Amino acid sequence: MLEQHLPALPIILPLIAAPIALLLGRSILSWGFATLVSGLAFIFSWQLLAAALSDGVLSYAVGGWAPPWGIELRVDVANAFVLLAVTAISTLVLVYSKDSIEKEVKAANHSLFYTAHLLCLAGLSGILITGDAFNLFVFLEVSSLATYALVSLASDRRCLTAAFRYLVMGTIGATFILIGVGMLYMKTGTLNMMDLAVRIDAYDSSRTINTGLAFIMVGVSIKLALFPLHMWLPPAYTHAPSAVSAFLSSTATKVAVYVMIRFIFTVFGIEHVFVDMGMGLILMVLAVVAIFKCSYMATVQSNVKTVLAYSSVAQIGYMILGLSLVSVAGLMAGMIHIFNHALMKGALFMAVGAVFYRVGSVDIKAFAGLGRKMPLTMAAFAIAGLSIIGVPLTVGFVSKWYLVTAALEQDNWIVAALVLLGSLFAVVYIGRVLEAAYFQKLPESQGSKNIKEVSWLMLAPMWVLVIANIYFGIDTSLTTEAANSAAEWLFQADSMSVSKALEGQMSDTVVQEVSS
Amino acid sequence: MNFILDYYNYWIVVFLMMAGFYIVISANNLVKKIVGLNVFQTSVFMLYISMGKVSGGTAPIVVEGVTEYSNPLPHVLILTAIVVGVATTAVGLALVVRIKRAYGTVEENEFDNKDDAI
Amino acid sequence: MAEFIDLVLLAMLALTALRIIFLKDLFAVVMLFGIYSFLSALIFVNLDAVDVAFTEASVGAGISTVLMLGTLALTGRKEKKSTHSKLLPLFVVLVTGAALIYGTLDMPPFGDPNNPVHQHVAPRYIEESPKEVGLPNMVTSVLASYRGFDTLGETVVVFAALIGVFSLLGVRRKQKKDHESGLESHTVLHVVAKVIIPLVILFALYVQFHGDFGPGGGFQAGVIAAAAFILYALVFGLPKAFAVVGPKFLQWMAAFGVLLYASVGLYSMYKGGNFLDYNQLAADPIAGQHYGIIIIELGVGFTVFAVMLNIFYAFGSQAERSNVQ
Repeated sequence: MLEQHLPALPIILPLIAAPIALLLGRSILSWGFATLVSGLAFIFSWQLLAAALSDGVLSYAVGGWAPPWGIELRVDVANAFVLLAVTAISTLVLVYSKDSIEKEVKAANHSLFYTAHLLCLAGLSGILITGDAFNLFVFLEVSSLATYALVSLASDRRCLTAAFRYLVMGTIGATFILIGVGMLYMKTGTLNMMDLAVRIDAYDSSRTINTGLAFIMVGVSIKLALFPLHMWLPPAYTHAPSAVSAFLSSTATKVAVYVMIRFIFTVFGIEHVFVDMGMGLILMVLAVVAIFKCSYMATVQSNVKTVLAYSSVAQIGYMILGLSLVSVAGLMAGMIHIFNHALMKGALFMAVGAVFYRVGSVDIKAFAGLGRKMPLTMAAFAIAGLSIIGVPLTVGFVSKWYLVTAALEQDNWIVAALVLLGSLFAVVYIGRVLEAAYFQKLPESQGSKNIKEVSWLMLAPMWVLVIANIYFGIDTSLTTEAANSAAEWLFQADSMSVSKALEGQMSDTVVQEVSS
Repeated sequence: MNFILDYYNYWIVVFLMMAGFYIVISANNLVKKIVGLNVFQTSVFMLYISMGKVSGGTAPIVVEGVTEYSNPLPHVLILTAIVVGVATTAVGLALVVRIKRAYGTVEENEFDNKDDAI
Repeated sequence: MAEFIDLVLLAMLALTALRIIFLKDLFAVVMLFGIYSFLSALIFVNLDAVDVAFTEASVGAGISTVLMLGTLALTGRKEKKSTHSKLLPLFVVLVTGAALIYGTLDMPPFGDPNNPVHQHVAPRYIEESPKEVGLPNMVTSVLASYRGFDTLGETVVVFAALIGVFSLLGVRRKQKKDHESGLESHTVLHVVAKVIIPLVILFALYVQFHGDFGPGGGFQAGVIAAAAFILYALVFGLPKAFAVVGPKFLQWMAAFGVLLYASVGLYSMYKGGNFLDYNQLAADPIAGQHYGIIIIELGVGFTVFAVMLNIFYAFGSQAERSNVQ
């Protein structure tokens, strides 16, 4: 019975669990429950990815109403792959958050925290899985509202202004998406994404559709923090509770990147976006500027969480850069980096959160001498940091390798050189922290004597991610296979919508034949 | 003339949207920013409802002897969007109340640290 | 005629929006926003969107305005002069506006029945839904059945708002008794309130269960019912309102509403259909649709009522606290 409902389960499971977590009330109960639910969602998304790899597309008509009249859930390799990363990180972060949240969030708000986390997870899964453009907006708002709550739960007052800025920017982004979807609906009369793709192809060029595309792209760019619309991200990730920073940095913006990919490849089509509208160049320029400007910003911050936040914006630049190359290899590099970046940033933010747990500060000065006091935490930071830099045998190297290969495939030496040059900044900002941790002396004070390693409950999820960083850096078969078939699938989806337009019908059999 | 009759509605709606958008990004006071967000969103709702209208149609509730109905789908979408809007407003205003308590001001230019300014 | 009314209302809206931009008195700004919201509700009626108008009037003009006023009571009513330049915002707005105007030039003409919007998906809702779902109000059919998943999402958004507001403000249960709570000395208000409140609740129930046939449904009913209790809290003071329905109970009720909605979906899965497939709920699909819609509308009503009232409590208890100081 579960098989049949597999595409719906990763959404409805956390959705139903969220109010229950609130009713459980006690901190420890709602923590255990939320972790369990998130773990189940991870298992389901694992099965979904396996099913998508073997069958191509899974379509699920919510309410039994056939698309385009009802809402369709649509799982393919691409979104199943991102979903796997999201649910995995969510589960690990939940394990981690028990201790971390106890320190950083008021006891009365603990069950609210876990409820909001589950709501956010449900929203992100919904965004990934839904095949309906308006439904995407609804789940975008579910995850956004939960996120504002999560960010503002920290004890430092600066989280409030950060959350407010995030709320204003996020709502503007969502409203832009709403305008864009409205314009598409106006010209096509449908909201289903596959159906939209077919009907948009029927227009050679339409000002309304092009404007709709532009508004959706700008709206999504705000959500994924594409330079120069990233200004909400650094304060939000800096001042949110550490567990929240770890969760959001490795999931929320990645999901938005996927939304951009989905709209470009499965709704509008490559030709429309890159050839007719010339967005490839715009995206490429913005991505390169993001990599350099924000990597530079990361090197001059004193707060390590801010360093990591700016680094995130730069890493998003790499993903968009891969996408803007408009090739299977480039898109694959982007997809693989979505997954890999989740592993690195998750581990880094968890390590920094562990430092905050013991030292009470995340200023770079507070890291002095921690290499001895908290060896496991700092080792985790070091390995994940090397991964961000792109040292061989880590996932960071895999991402950069494929990105550079994709650029060279098009003889684009400039982009390839810029990618490598960007890594030098990462050497600086990660190096500064490591230098403080391993080569500076612990300041002599009463409090510093009591600093010791954090509990295994915080170390275990951190190290799971660190090991994943190395494992997937050596044995790349799983990630590359999934990312590659995702990229190929997205390119096919585009050409397919054209062939479907010729047939003029909405049937899944066609889709499955082409993809298998 | 026909051209204007066909589009005047959309043009005014665009003006309203931009008025709201301007309030959001230019206002100094955080409450006013939230008001601006609401004006912006409400105007977007009008865009949707305008496209659902059929000249000579009636509200989409079955009545004997009526065959022309306006399109119910945009109405449904906007019902959803209105509720989403009020949810965001509530959280935004709660943040404003907390910011006032923590900083003593809700004016953007009065935050002591420029990092805290919104 | 409809076009003429439309034009007049739009012109009034434009004037209101302009006033909001330039006014510095925030109390007036919020009041103007209430007016803006009501005017848009009128436009919605004029454009045949009665359900939307109902919601906009109760949610946009009602709840949002009340919350904004509650915030102003705590933050002050004057906007200070801004120091930064208005040129950048103006530029951004002009570019965005120009893009939108460019987009409108290709739009299908306003009100034309041959527009794509009216051709592809919508005809089924208009022609088939009275037979497939069995309700005369097509908006309710689409909202609760064809796009029931959106509505579940929207109920969850409301629930998420409660989580957000609670984590930020919380509700102070114990109020100090040494100040006048509510409007205790206004006898006239007391009498009027006692007459009005039962009528409002009755109306809310009517809206809840009449949504299948006319405009209305769980959202509107929930908001109206919350308005009745808000009135009670305003006149008799928060402590008395807490004694009638407390914040803890409302929190429980909000969660219950979401679970009630979702349980319909789970039950239809158990019966062998897809999530939220109401046809499975009874032997006769039309009856199944009917049961399904009634239950999920109830779920929506519970959650919206509980969340709106609880959010008001959260803001209200802040205000009373600051009055004491």
